[in-house]
Amino acid sequence: MNSYPDWWPLVFGRFTFEAIPYHEPILVATFAAVAIGGLGLFALITKLGAWGYLWREWFTSVDHKKIGIMYMVLGIVMLLRGFADALMMRGQQAIAFGANEGYLPPHHYDQIFTAHGVIMIFFVAMPLVTGLMNYVVPLQIGARDVAFPFLNNFSFWMTVGGVVLVMASLFVGEFAKVGWLAYPPLSGKAYSPGVGMDYYLWALQIAGVGTTLSGINLIATIVKMRAPGMDMMKMPVFTWTALCTNVLIVASFPVLAGTVALLTLDRYVGTNFFTNDLGGNPMMYVNLIWIWGHPEVYILILPCFGIYSEVASTFCGKRLFGYASMVYATVVITILSYLVWLHHFFTMGSGASVNSFFGITTMIISIPTGAKIFNWLFTMYRGRIRFELPMMWLLAFMITFVIGGMTGVMLAVPPADFVLHNSLFLIAHFHNVIIGGVVFGAFAGINYWFPKAFGFKLDDFWGKMSFWFWVIGFYVAFMPLYVLGLMGVTRRVNHFDDPSLQIWFVIAAIGAVLILFGILSFLVQIVVSVMNREKLRDVTGDPWNGRTLEWATSSPPPAYNFAFTPMVHDHDSWADMKKRGYQRPLEGFRPIHMPKNTGAGVIISAFATICGLALVWYVWWLAALSFLAIIVTAIAHSFNYDRDYNIPAEEVVREEERRSRALAAARV
Amino acid sequence: MLISVALMLAIIIPVMALTVFFAWRYRAAAESEYDPDWHHSLPLEVVIWAIPLLIVIILGAITWMGTHLLDPYRPLNRISASQPIQTSQQAAQGRERKPLIIQVVALDWKWLFIYPEQGVASVNEVVAPVNQPIEFHITSSSVMNSLFIPALAGQIYAMPGMQTKLNAVINHAGDFDGFSANYSGEGFSGMRFRFKGLEGGGFDDWVRQAREKTEKLGREEYLVLERPSEREKPRQFGTVAPDLFDAVLNMCVDRTKMCMRDMMAMDAKGGGGKEGIHTVMALHYDKTTRRGGEPLGPRPFVTAICSPTDVYGKDGLPARAAN
Repeated sequence: MNSYPDWWPLVFGRFTFEAIPYHEPILVATFAAVAIGGLGLFALITKLGAWGYLWREWFTSVDHKKIGIMYMVLGIVMLLRGFADALMMRGQQAIAFGANEGYLPPHHYDQIFTAHGVIMIFFVAMPLVTGLMNYVVPLQIGARDVAFPFLNNFSFWMTVGGVVLVMASLFVGEFAKVGWLAYPPLSGKAYSPGVGMDYYLWALQIAGVGTTLSGINLIATIVKMRAPGMDMMKMPVFTWTALCTNVLIVASFPVLAGTVALLTLDRYVGTNFFTNDLGGNPMMYVNLIWIWGHPEVYILILPCFGIYSEVASTFCGKRLFGYASMVYATVVITILSYLVWLHHFFTMGSGASVNSFFGITTMIISIPTGAKIFNWLFTMYRGRIRFELPMMWLLAFMITFVIGGMTGVMLAVPPADFVLHNSLFLIAHFHNVIIGGVVFGAFAGINYWFPKAFGFKLDDFWGKMSFWFWVIGFYVAFMPLYVLGLMGVTRRVNHFDDPSLQIWFVIAAIGAVLILFGILSFLVQIVVSVMNREKLRDVTGDPWNGRTLEWATSSPPPAYNFAFTPMVHDHDSWADMKKRGYQRPLEGFRPIHMPKNTGAGVIISAFATICGLALVWYVWWLAALSFLAIIVTAIAHSFNYDRDYNIPAEEVVREEERRSRALAAARV
Repeated sequence: MLISVALMLAIIIPVMALTVFFAWRYRAAAESEYDPDWHHSLPLEVVIWAIPLLIVIILGAITWMGTHLLDPYRPLNRISASQPIQTSQQAAQGRERKPLIIQVVALDWKWLFIYPEQGVASVNEVVAPVNQPIEFHITSSSVMNSLFIPALAGQIYAMPGMQTKLNAVINHAGDFDGFSANYSGEGFSGMRFRFKGLEGGGFDDWVRQAREKTEKLGREEYLVLERPSEREKPRQFGTVAPDLFDAVLNMCVDRTKMCMRDMMAMDAKGGGGKEGIHTVMALHYDKTTRRGGEPLGPRPFVTAICSPTDVYGKDGLPARAAN
């Protein structure tokens, strides 16, 4: 052990060189891979001289389309990290039987399952759905950008700040060892004194700011910026689900922020909100975190329901069946999602009447969800179904999700939950709905809107490879967990005594490998598509014969989205416009007023991240300084009056003529 | 449960079948009926809302009854499917069949079972006679766990400073698995114990053998026992301090600590006021250093025991740290 001079804690807080896990070969190898990959990327960008371009055109961009794409890239990169954790867990559980302790000691294994949960929910699923909403919603409602473009950029970079903290914990210090929701008293200072829990708290807090602000932003956008004629009941279903999702975000993320803040106070200044002693009550935390946590799962699934609705009507070539009941179902789910939180801990001993109440409200949620499934089903009825990739994901979702729904209702019956709570049955259930619902939905959305974002379709063959690997891999990986759960095997166990269980874990591990091939195929799909982009090119801007406004403009859309704000007369506005023989306006263009890029979002988030790191390591001077820097930058930014510009009419004319030429060339 | 699954399958299987059927029937290549503007049908909408609603009403009723019937806090009213808790003869004589009380403490990372009536205790092994109603009283010493014996009954949380209850009965003799179902830190995976259902005089023999053990479990021994350890072999204690469970539950096994019960009584009467500050040290549950927690920092509190003549405890005993 090194000894450190007296001034060390003043300057470096509790950081010491022992905190760097160079004795863990897995982490060293990971670090080496990340470092080499990062350096390679850095060198490549430098060689291409692309830093300036990236900074000007992407990092500081307030264009909702570019921010949406950055969210998607972030989500996909973090999917690789979160999935690496999943593979390691599956590997450990497949071999750790009897005398074999596996290759992950509890110290490491416990960090991995915590990181897997946190990353997959906060830094994979959230960026993916937020990215899709960001990209698509303004286009669907005929707007030029979101209501608060700078705030949008800032929200994204705050999410990145959370990611940076989680990734830093891998190489400096450790991550939390408490499970993804960090129940106290285990997560309190008394039982988790290390930096892991503090990384967790500050990562969630910083990313949560971004999520809350982007929720406010999209609500304002949807409520105030719809094209003329598009009243609420003519909005595309995806926009409806986005609206409900963001209402949920704005109503529930402050609860998370508050809960995390209280736990932070417990850990930093010695308050006793959730401690065992001095009147603290850990179960208060469990209630509060699930009051956020249950709406959170609907925050993830509702936008995906919206994607499925768009995909269903587009690829069946007809209007969505039961638009009104779809909307009401979404709204009902939004409200009910606040009335079910206690079903996550029936076993706390709340008493039969309380438990029944929450069990029954949970079952009631399955009614609007069921109605949605039927609506998609009857959209297919008398349709003309094209089996493109998004449609395949929709079908896989419909079959898979109903199984997850059924096991969910089973878990909602309190007497059954007393047996199945915290078991692998539960794990199988929520992966069934999150993979079967959210991940499949995200892939459907990516395949569906990719041509809009980049002007060419994604490769079909590798898309199908990815689809089949994912779907089959999901069943192989999670059906054994249902079986194990019914046999009474609990979650978060890193070693088993009963050898008869091993075969199921081996099957599940094989499933995880199949999913790995699914993810790799997806990456190959993107690479292959980029290489073949000329062959896959779509100049029409409407490759799928789409029905909503985003398909009315070019692909990729110009910075201003629409040269003229479209007029809306009916549902499926673009299909309606096409039916009425819509002609693209070719003259009369006027200058377009647009927001200007700014680096303030990146800078403030960078200071916030530094502040978070400093707080994790008790480097108080740096925390104070960076917090001050946040405030100063924010104030300075508010004096920046150079925040908008006009795209001159000539440039709009040039852009539109370019499109006219492309369209004419395509028709030849 | 089976009814619920059957009801749900009744709706899910047709949905899955229809999904596949429609996908095939209306594929573009089939050139079958195509009606792009068909998007509403009142009868169908009524059906897709009403049928799930009906099913949920039935399920809700079953859930309400089942939840109350199988509430872990509710004393049992029958031993097995065919056997009531007491015969009509016993009822006539006013003899109640009393449940066997077992007090459970979740420790780091092992289980302590106390038999208050028998005056014995056991680590990582719990034994009960067949067809005898059991009433578990459950708490935890440090963090949250969940007591789960799949062969016996459902699980329920074990929480520090709080007590939960579980009523159960075992109908078959045997040796079953028990474990914690809620993650509780590093030693969680090994936090397993055996549950044995014994027939005939087996339980009495077990108690007799346990009583012969010379190890005793008083407050001092408990403070040693609760220190973190993993995968402990089952062992018994011949004598147990009768108020031990109560002290664990109130977090005052260490006599320098004020019991939760007393603190709550004081708070209910409006709290200790300014003078109450002096009791903070006695309320602080400061035995966490062995699990990595930091030792208590110097706090400007007097830790002492007060008396009517010495209100501020100036001459009192100095507190003894539990660490």
